[in-house]
Amino acid sequence: MPETPELLERKPHEDIAPGYTFGSVTDQIASVVLTKRTPFFWFASFGVGFSLLLLLLLSMALLFGKGVGIWGIRTPVMWGFAITNFVWWIGIGHAGTLISAILLLLNQRWRNSINRFAEAMTLFAVACAGMFPLLHMGRPWLFFWLFPYPNTMGVQPQFRSPLVWDVFAVSTYATVSALFWFVGLVPDLGTLRDRTQNKVGRLIYGVLSLGWRGSAKHWSIYETASLLLAGLATPLVLSVHTVVSFDFTIAIVPGWHSTFFPPYFVAGAIYSGFAMVLVLAIPLRKVYGLEGLITDRHLENSAKVMLATGLIVAYSYIMELFGAWFGGDVYEWGAFWHRMAGPYAQQYWMLVTCNIILPQALWIRKIRTNPVTLFIWSMIVLVGMWLERFVIIVSSLAQDFVTSSWGIFSPTRWDWFTFFGTVGLFLFLFFIFVRLLPMISIFEVRTLLPQAKAKEEQG
Amino acid sequence: MSEGIYGLMAEFDNPADLVKAAHAARHKGYRKLDAYSPFPIEELNDALHLHKNKLPLIVLCGGILGGLTGFLFQCYITMVNFPLNIGGRPLYSWPSYIIITFELTILFGAISAVLGLFGLCGLPMPYHPVFNAPRFALASRSRFFLCIEAADPLFDAGSTGDFLRALNPHEVTEVAH
Repeated sequence: MPETPELLERKPHEDIAPGYTFGSVTDQIASVVLTKRTPFFWFASFGVGFSLLLLLLLSMALLFGKGVGIWGIRTPVMWGFAITNFVWWIGIGHAGTLISAILLLLNQRWRNSINRFAEAMTLFAVACAGMFPLLHMGRPWLFFWLFPYPNTMGVQPQFRSPLVWDVFAVSTYATVSALFWFVGLVPDLGTLRDRTQNKVGRLIYGVLSLGWRGSAKHWSIYETASLLLAGLATPLVLSVHTVVSFDFTIAIVPGWHSTFFPPYFVAGAIYSGFAMVLVLAIPLRKVYGLEGLITDRHLENSAKVMLATGLIVAYSYIMELFGAWFGGDVYEWGAFWHRMAGPYAQQYWMLVTCNIILPQALWIRKIRTNPVTLFIWSMIVLVGMWLERFVIIVSSLAQDFVTSSWGIFSPTRWDWFTFFGTVGLFLFLFFIFVRLLPMISIFEVRTLLPQAKAKEEQG
Repeated sequence: MSEGIYGLMAEFDNPADLVKAAHAARHKGYRKLDAYSPFPIEELNDALHLHKNKLPLIVLCGGILGGLTGFLFQCYITMVNFPLNIGGRPLYSWPSYIIITFELTILFGAISAVLGLFGLCGLPMPYHPVFNAPRFALASRSRFFLCIEAADPLFDAGSTGDFLRALNPHEVTEVAH
């Protein structure tokens, strides 16, 4: 059979660099965890994360002591930073589930080397997101009032409220993401159990791996379970940001009350999520020498997803304006004038710059394939998406129907400290994960190797 | 001699040899056998007849249970347990129940997928004899193993050993209980 180079190039083993064997893949990924030597980069990043985490604890202590008044939230802008950060963080999580579930169903095998840390990113982003509604409640120690349970007060949550839907959507999302992540980890925990020289480590990895032994009977059920979980996680991830957007669209506030928020929010979520994937992947692969596993192709593909979802977001901004104009509602149209030319015009035009104008540079191959420029562009997108959440929430609440009830929000230092504190929590959790668990799915990368094909060699 | 052992384990260098060996052993009539590999090998499902499992059914039941739980629970709370008359709107407001019904369908489905996986695999399993094979730690790294268990009616330490050795393995070892 004549072998054309084009055909060969499309073979799955091109997803990682050539020359790897089952053993070398295993050893390289496991060595990040099993080594005694920790790179300086890890200490630096963990240190930054831990310092910011302490800032979060300080902010929370003050918040619990004095109440939410330490933040800049005043009537009418009661949602302020807390809900901005909530929506931003939960959006970031979406890329992880997209990579682990949707790309699995679509048989995009290149995802195999980035899904593990992307899922970890999801979990930690959801943890950060979950903090905000709780901190914002004023009495966070009564958070369990959100759930229906038999109580002496004789009251129950209002199931017709999108805020209650959100509780169920986010807690389901967190649970399912954690389950999916753990199931994916089990075979690799077995590898670590067999590879580690450390007795305590062997015990811990052994318990966590549940006695996994790589039996063909188990693998068969395991593959079914992965597909089923991916099939369940796919509608779930699309529903989560949809439900988050219901928090806005179900209300009649001008600038919120529109039907296209769900797809617009989901696209924005994936946009910011892939930006975060790149922000994490680019330094990690450099420091740990994983360029052979997280290749330039992974970066370029993620950049393309970013570009595509960025265009959907751009389209949404235009349609949002068009809808406001075409709908003929004076308050709706007013809300958009306030956004573009009112007190938050600066943030609005910055978000347009960060989210629409600058990312168009990703059309240029050189920017897309250069890790340094791609890192910078991903940071720009993260900032842009945060500003988007801020503008949607704050500008709509600040100037709604009656002029006499308008009020301008300005964040206090505790708003900023709490926000950066959750960035710290995220980095803290993520770098603990990088140190203690394999950040790349070892067994899935093994399946990418050309020698993993059993059929071809049989002839 | 075969009384004290769990079975005989053959080690292979690559997945193709393992699949071939599994086919041969199954063809020879062995039924109590299992293959061990560092990653899932689809062809082994053919060789060992592993295509059917009950997991999809378990997940379906879990999902239906979750959906029913979500919907009926909301009906009960909003209509019986804690009815709120807001402007005379109907208590049975099913459109607003859909989201939580959906979320609980997914939640119960996912939990039953994970519990079903571990249940059907018999995990967690603190002890299993295959780990007694000296080189078995490599099954989670780079090697491929086929174990014919002593419980198989055709098992005989001598002839089964000869059979396995004829399949071009790296080595054949006894697995202690």
